[in-house]
Amino acid sequence: MATTEANAVGGFQMKGEEQVRINKGMLHGLWALTNRELKKWYKVPVLLFLSIIQPVIWLGLFGKAMNFGALFTSTSFNIPGLNIPKATLDQLATQAMLSTFGTTDYFSFLAVGMLSFIILFTAMFSGMSIVWDRRFGFLDKLLSTPVARGSIVMGKVFSSIIRSLAQAAVVLVVAVLLGMDTAKITVVGLAGTFLALFLMAMGLSALFLMLALRSTDWQSQMAIMNLLNLPLLFASNALFPSKLMPAWLQVVAKLNPVSYATDAGRQLLLGVPGFASLGFDFLFLTAFAALFSGVGIFLSWRYLSR
Amino acid sequence: MLEMEEAARNGNYESKNVIMEVKGLTKIFENKLKAVDSVSFSVYEGEIFGFLGPNGAGKSTTIKMLTTLLRPSEGDAVVCGFDIRKQPQEVRWSVGVVPQEYTADEDMTGLENIMLFANLYGIPGDVARKRADELLMLVELNEAAGRKVSTYSGGMRRRLELACGLVNHPKVLFLDEPTLGLDVQTRTAVWRYIRILKEQYGMTLFLTTHYLEEADGLCDRVGIIDHGKIVRLGTTGELKSGVGGDAIELGIREKDVDLTSFIMKVDSVTSVVRENDHYRIKAPLGEEAAPAIMDAVRSAGYHVDRISLTKPTLDEVYLEYTGHKLRDEEANSQQVMAQQRTVRRARA
Repeated sequence: MATTEANAVGGFQMKGEEQVRINKGMLHGLWALTNRELKKWYKVPVLLFLSIIQPVIWLGLFGKAMNFGALFTSTSFNIPGLNIPKATLDQLATQAMLSTFGTTDYFSFLAVGMLSFIILFTAMFSGMSIVWDRRFGFLDKLLSTPVARGSIVMGKVFSSIIRSLAQAAVVLVVAVLLGMDTAKITVVGLAGTFLALFLMAMGLSALFLMLALRSTDWQSQMAIMNLLNLPLLFASNALFPSKLMPAWLQVVAKLNPVSYATDAGRQLLLGVPGFASLGFDFLFLTAFAALFSGVGIFLSWRYLSR
Repeated sequence: MLEMEEAARNGNYESKNVIMEVKGLTKIFENKLKAVDSVSFSVYEGEIFGFLGPNGAGKSTTIKMLTTLLRPSEGDAVVCGFDIRKQPQEVRWSVGVVPQEYTADEDMTGLENIMLFANLYGIPGDVARKRADELLMLVELNEAAGRKVSTYSGGMRRRLELACGLVNHPKVLFLDEPTLGLDVQTRTAVWRYIRILKEQYGMTLFLTTHYLEEADGLCDRVGIIDHGKIVRLGTTGELKSGVGGDAIELGIREKDVDLTSFIMKVDSVTSVVRENDHYRIKAPLGEEAAPAIMDAVRSAGYHVDRISLTKPTLDEVYLEYTGHKLRDEEANSQQVMAQQRTVRRARA
């Protein structure tokens, strides 16, 4: 307030020669919008910490509690009357684990599933920010600028992807620290896994943003998220292999992108046989990501302004 | 052609260019509400044009259509030479908008907000930084630039909105209720910035308001809008002289005599109305008519109880053309409450 009027006037130079250098490209503003969302996250480490805690707890408690490998081995399990030797039982157990999970270690099996879990849960929140932006009038302000309508949606998609991949990386490190099997992890495998996760994050973020495009009401958005999150997780192979599910549930799992990202990750990180070929996993995920991003951009031109 | 006709009608503006031409603009919402009803007007380059009207008169809806946020149901408008229907993108490049709500991102600093909008207007980083500093200086936020917006007061937020709306150096700046709910000090400051923009940079400003003194003191021309229609449009001077000049209120001790026709005979009196215990007299020049009336009344043997002279205000103009008073206080407090709710939601 201390600034004098003369000062204020002198400081403001309207007649600019810079007009020439204005970037009118289709993609201008995309990174600025992405970074705006990211700032809210990386500037508040508590948020990052909180968002990672959930999958880590699942990993630690659920993964360690569901000690399927010990079903036969660590108890005095036997069939009354038949005195099966312990070695045979152990072998049976190993074979049962291998044929069910493709690995003898359920914890490692679940760890890959948790990577998909954190992507799913982060992507779901992508829709919330557009609801808030609409409510506070920030969206209208954006729409009055010449930034591409598609960039408004894709900025949110990209920030959601970056956030969820960063979180997945942290979850993977924690899983390794907790005893995940690292014998078969390679650089290529890691890169492939994160590519699969990237595609899934892209498709899911775009999907949830689309659902929120016209909404002004965060309660209904929360309701949609709560309706979809656990079913999408359970009806996939993230926690349990889909091949042992009832036929109707297998159909759902086969349509669920979470299954394909998890499947690709397991093949690449653990070397386990997948329920689809790696090629098909990536094909499915690419199609999923492209479809929903495309539809999302299309709808944003149509529906962002009324 | 149209420019010339318009200019001829408004003598003061014969040399001005039309920068915004609105014809038959109409918005009918899905619930059949006709928010804006065939509105037509022109705005000249370098003027401050105001829409004056109560809540729900269609002011904000008009701004939203002109800034391409809403599609008009009917009618056309050309803003800075671009058709708002066919060339919305070009319109967006050339105008700036200061919305009614506080829309800045609370989690970012004032400077970061301006830099973000600069980027959205495609302004390269170094130029943006320079402009941001200049704008922060203009709206006197340079010291608070590095603080998060969530720590800003209402007045600081409003000034930040103004800076964000100026970052692309627009030809036309739209301001929706720019001083709503501000304290007197900040309101005066905002008016000063608006005048600087007009006078020093030749910017054209289109603003809406329901403060009569804002329309009166700030705007070159005012359109009075009510129920989606422009009921009157002109310079503030034209509007005021349109209501028949100054008003004189005269009280006479002799209550049982009707002096209406007697007063009417006094020179330059244009109308006399008897209301209860006093007369309401109109005359172009009140300070000359008033003594003449008093002399006439006295010389006829009557006694003057009291006399008062009021210069016409937009208030009267408003009453005259809409048939009702601008419910200033009520509308104001409701809107301010809505705005505070927004801020609280943002902070929660």
